[in-house]
Amino acid sequence: MDRRGFLIRSGGIVVGFSLLPAVMAQSQPAALPGSLQSNRMLDGWLRINADGTVTVFTGKVELGQGILTALAQIAADELDVNYGRITMVSADTSRSPNEGMTAGSQSVEQSGTALHYAAAEARDILLQTASSRLGVAAEQLSVSDGTISGGGAKTTYWELAQDTDLRREASGRVKPKPPARRNVIGKAIARRDIPKKVRGEPAYVQDLRLPEMVFGRVVRPPSRRATLEIIDEAAVSAMPGVVALVRDGNFLAVAAEREEQAIKAAEKIRALAKWREVADLPPNGSALYEQLQKLPSKDSVISAKAGVSVSAGATSIEAVYTRPYQCHASIGPSCAIAQFKEGKLTVWTHSQGVFPLREHLAKLTGIAQSEIVAVHVDGSGCYGHNGADDVAGDAALLARATGGRPVKLQWMREDEFGWEPYGSPMVIKMAGRLDAGRIVDWRHDIWSHPHSTRPGGAGTNLLAGADLAKPQYLGYPVNSPQPSGAADRNAVPLYDFPNQQVVLHYLPEMPLRTSALRTLGAYANVFALESFMDELAVAAAVDPVEFRLRHMKDARARAVIEAAVQRADWRPGAKGDGARGRGFAFAKYKNLAAYVAVVADIEIDRRSGELSVKRVVAVVDAGLIINPDGVKNQIEGGVIQSTSWTLKESLRYDRQKVLTRSWSEYPILTFPEVPAVDIVLLDRPDEKSLGTGEGSQGPTVAAIANAVAHATGRRARDLPFTPEKLKLLLA
Amino acid sequence: MGFTINVNGRARSAEAAGDTPLLYVLRNDFGLNGAKYGCGVGQCGACTVMIDGKATRSCVTALSSMNAKKVMTLESLSDGGKMHPLQQAFIEEQAAQCGYCANGMIMTAKALLDRTPRPTEAQIRKALAANFCRCGTHNRIVRAVQRAANQMVGGTRTAAVVEGVRA
Ligand code: FES
Ligand code: FES
Repeated sequence: MDRRGFLIRSGGIVVGFSLLPAVMAQSQPAALPGSLQSNRMLDGWLRINADGTVTVFTGKVELGQGILTALAQIAADELDVNYGRITMVSADTSRSPNEGMTAGSQSVEQSGTALHYAAAEARDILLQTASSRLGVAAEQLSVSDGTISGGGAKTTYWELAQDTDLRREASGRVKPKPPARRNVIGKAIARRDIPKKVRGEPAYVQDLRLPEMVFGRVVRPPSRRATLEIIDEAAVSAMPGVVALVRDGNFLAVAAEREEQAIKAAEKIRALAKWREVADLPPNGSALYEQLQKLPSKDSVISAKAGVSVSAGATSIEAVYTRPYQCHASIGPSCAIAQFKEGKLTVWTHSQGVFPLREHLAKLTGIAQSEIVAVHVDGSGCYGHNGADDVAGDAALLARATGGRPVKLQWMREDEFGWEPYGSPMVIKMAGRLDAGRIVDWRHDIWSHPHSTRPGGAGTNLLAGADLAKPQYLGYPVNSPQPSGAADRNAVPLYDFPNQQVVLHYLPEMPLRTSALRTLGAYANVFALESFMDELAVAAAVDPVEFRLRHMKDARARAVIEAAVQRADWRPGAKGDGARGRGFAFAKYKNLAAYVAVVADIEIDRRSGELSVKRVVAVVDAGLIINPDGVKNQIEGGVIQSTSWTLKESLRYDRQKVLTRSWSEYPILTFPEVPAVDIVLLDRPDEKSLGTGEGSQGPTVAAIANAVAHATGRRARDLPFTPEKLKLLLA
Repeated sequence: MGFTINVNGRARSAEAAGDTPLLYVLRNDFGLNGAKYGCGVGQCGACTVMIDGKATRSCVTALSSMNAKKVMTLESLSDGGKMHPLQQAFIEEQAAQCGYCANGMIMTAKALLDRTPRPTEAQIRKALAANFCRCGTHNRIVRAVQRAANQMVGGTRTAAVVEGVRA
């Protein structure tokens, strides 16, 4: 096809040759940094207000990771205004940029980068305006807390606010400040949201109360794929306070004047409803892992390298690592408020992605997206895709029956444990060959269900959809591609091996719905990869740290490994004493984000099998650090959460139903069991910021497993490391 | 049914069934947001309030049992704007990620400090053992409680250290 033909087809316009560059520019806008690429208007990111404040908009949301504080720091620094002047507006489909999900430790990279550039450019525009107004060359002007001065003249951002038009596309041409000139970035600034949270002021969606609001509860089937046969609707509707009962296929929800009335009505429904149930859940334990390897799978080679040929004398070893279904287990069950009034639906939600949620709410309810507003309000920590979106769907369905009154629907504890999308069980088979103290061949096979079934894309990814009389099903799940990957996240080694093959056996059919749990597949992949590195080091009779360094070229990786060795006083060749040991592990999250090296010290009671993690040292390189205290909080939280997953956590279920309904069936780590955590940050102000929210979980599990092997000489490969299992292992 | 109960030093009334968990009355009738719903069965501690000076789980406490009792919620700690040393310490230590557990931590820690003004680290961990945090903020919470304790017994503790040095 000739060039002209191409133009006609793509744009439908016939143009002269000389106009071509302009047309091309239009159809392919210039690349802009971070989320500016998809949200290109400056005033979509910030507004300078005449009252001396700055409003900053982001599509990212606060999940307890301190992101709004970090973003405010960036804007304040680039604008040269005091941090206190910044007001943050986060994800709201009616007024914030659309930045998709707040997930994958990418917010500083996406939203932060956009704000660096947008704020630097806004500052430049303000300086230009000041320059013409004051008659002083822009180069002679300087800014201090929004006051512009130079050449004996003075004005302020706030005076210029009226005449400064930020309704323009960002150019991306004004460079952010060099590291030496920053003074807010890099400071441990206190989180903006904590004071109201410790004073008991309204802070969470659970605390929001709207005029005329009623309370809702949902009643889920007793088990997966159960169908509702009978329900005495009249008996429920007659209960005190009941305002609305929604039955649509197998979906049941009730609204009442008072919260406890809604709970009682839901209990009544549960008692009255008759269901037809099926028993098709997978088996537990080793039978589950065998079954996973037999399910229909989509296989793909994630990474393959064939270098030197392997000599016949090489030693081969193999090992299989497993991880069960695990829960997000938020402390506060998911909650949403929905109001359907005059054809418009408004939803207040702690979803990680209000825009994709809106899209799927539209499918679920049949209300056009243009008539739906989804507003983010803080919730309890979610750690990935928990019930946040689903409960918003439930609330939206119920809100159509409450005569325009807003309804607050919070899941009960058993709803959250019973119906959240779990972290997928995984089987990982490792095989490696050693020659002359080096790894010459490496193979990593993963069997896993999906790690993202969030709203967005095809299908209706809201739990209630499948229960409706006209069912709407989940979209066919896809595994996000490398380099981030999903089930295969962190499966490609950062180490340098001459031969390697990483294969994903992806299992799209889910007997129990699975989705993104913090780190996706990386927790299990790093567990397997870094345990196996130790197994090979033992086979090669080389200290595990030395063994890693032998295979690692990446200078920043080597630096965190060496810093961890130093901080923890790692002694090559030190022996475990049967009860105490220490383990090492490393990962660069997603092979794209923060570098984290961990040393864990453990103690194990051989008779009871009780394992306790005493101390964890974590060394982190997260590039340019916006808020060191925020990074530490995330890394430490990740260490402790991972310790809990590793020692304790596994969903309970039988062939018919999920048995985990309360914390008794899903114990997590408690205060006396939490290890001491020591964190060292290597600041690299000249490098770009790297995400840290999920950096420490993978290295932590592997360091604990390696410490167990170091202490006892036995290798724990089946998560979690409960006393029963360790007792057997050590017997 | 109507009930009048003493909350944060004031008599307050609510129309609700007697078996209504106190948690919902505090939150929905009195607009007190400190206590949170976490599990509803007394396991997690998110809903902790003080009843007659004892840390109590309001999700399993019936409204009707509140007769002649004194209920104190998180809000009462910062009455009049000045924060309690525990709240101050939670901010200074940045002892929250999502903060959903913070109410239970602060109220349980208050009960501890009321009876044991100088707890050891192990005592703090034990006192909070049945309060769950999912974000992994435990160690910061322990440090915040220690900081508050130090501050509350401030003068004496400093003196003790100085004496110790002299001896
Ligand atoms: S909500 Fe009361 S203890 Fe969990
Ligand atoms: S800070 Fe989130 S549960 Fe404790």
